[in-house]
Amino acid sequence: MTTTDHDLPAQSSAATTSSATGTRATRIIGIAAIVALGWLVAFGLGFSPADRDQEEAVRILYVHVPTIWLAYLAFVVTAVASAMYLFTSKKSLGWDRMAGASAEIGVVFVAVTLAVGAMWGRLTWGVFWQWDARLTTTALLFVTYVGYLAVRRLGGSHHQRARRSSVLGLIAVIEIPLVHWSVRLWRSLHQEATVLDTDGDIDMDGLMLFSLFVGVVAFTLLYVWLMLHRTRTMAMEDIVEDRGLDAALAARRAEGEL
Amino acid sequence: MSAWRLARLIARKDLRVEVRSRVITNQVLPFAGVTMVIFAFALDADSVLQRVAPGLVWLATMFSLLVLVQRSFAIETDDGALDAMRVAGVDSRAIFFGKALGLAAELIVLEVVLLFAAVILYGQTIEVGSIVLLVTTLIAATCGLAAVGTLYGGLAAGFRGRETLLPLLTLPAVAPVLIGATRAVEAALGTAGAVVSDGWPWVGMLIVFAVAFGVGGSLAFGPLVDE
Repeated sequence: MTTTDHDLPAQSSAATTSSATGTRATRIIGIAAIVALGWLVAFGLGFSPADRDQEEAVRILYVHVPTIWLAYLAFVVTAVASAMYLFTSKKSLGWDRMAGASAEIGVVFVAVTLAVGAMWGRLTWGVFWQWDARLTTTALLFVTYVGYLAVRRLGGSHHQRARRSSVLGLIAVIEIPLVHWSVRLWRSLHQEATVLDTDGDIDMDGLMLFSLFVGVVAFTLLYVWLMLHRTRTMAMEDIVEDRGLDAALAARRAEGEL
Repeated sequence: MSAWRLARLIARKDLRVEVRSRVITNQVLPFAGVTMVIFAFALDADSVLQRVAPGLVWLATMFSLLVLVQRSFAIETDDGALDAMRVAGVDSRAIFFGKALGLAAELIVLEVVLLFAAVILYGQTIEVGSIVLLVTTLIAATCGLAAVGTLYGGLAAGFRGRETLLPLLTLPAVAPVLIGATRAVEAALGTAGAVVSDGWPWVGMLIVFAVAFGVGGSLAFGPLVDE
């Protein structure tokens, strides 16, 4: 018996034949990510100067800011991939796995943002947590996607999972702006965005800005590398599940023939 | 049969089940009442209670919402009623609005009871001039809560033993309602010197929320339960 459930996208066909999820491309990206992270350590902890007001604590921001940017990107990818699954006629599970993998990585990155942000807050504000608009929105964002990941694990066929989670991935697009808006109305203390603010120029020391740039490059490479491996692992998990069922059916039939 | 008529029929059926089974009057309302009492144990000071009373009313509403949603979908899934409705060709949007309408009616009753509990237990006073704001807030917040509750209730309904998922999905989504409705009721009750005119922007937010989840929920409900 063959199942039609694993229509793999072309890019992960290598994963079905080899026993590992690594390819030449992922190895190169992986090495580049390691090099960039090493660079980030050198610039973040070594070359970049301490801040006038925040002193050494400013170094935390080279992780804090890139991880949250990448997390936003990851959730946008989840939403887009969910829409692609729902609204294309092929209903490729590749899109669904892309959405799931991106959400997982996004959740991890938000967790990193929150954790290092709490450390930064303790050093700069004197407290780990402030009930300010951005912190609260970020916490709710985290919980929302933890819920999304829980829904992915509800079970059923692969396409049931895909449809359920892609709908939820799109509901988040309604939910997150509403949460953000309401929490902003509620209160706001967080330091205004320095780099991505509206007046166009960047008010930051050159070397600090470069360190931040290295951070963005490093975490982007890490994101891409994790995405490639995770989508392939998910494809393999799906195949294992299908084969497990097939094997159980075959064993049961073989019993009956005895 | 038009979708709207179907929705009303479904809502009426739900309310009839609840009136006859008395689960809400015998279990959910007492639960909400107990919540109001234990809040007082946790915040052991009259002045604090008075200050946070509107928030506690909505917090108790949120917790009861979870119970009500579970109840609302338990009566559907127990006998495969949801599947039967789908097989009978009932439009999923009609099911969504019907379930949400029934839930909204139950929530309104609950909120009124909780508000009276706040008047009695937490020393709140309701002025005649703030009644319009209060009623509008209750209706707007209830529509939003019912839409979110129905959407995620339907999602969690098909899976036995997955009720634990409902709070995780629902509570972050209804956080805007908790914020907006609490501020609006604070304005209506004059908590901490708030005046009635402060409340209306929050009502606007509650209405946007209700419309967004009403529309989004009705579109998403079909794909979520249709399995």
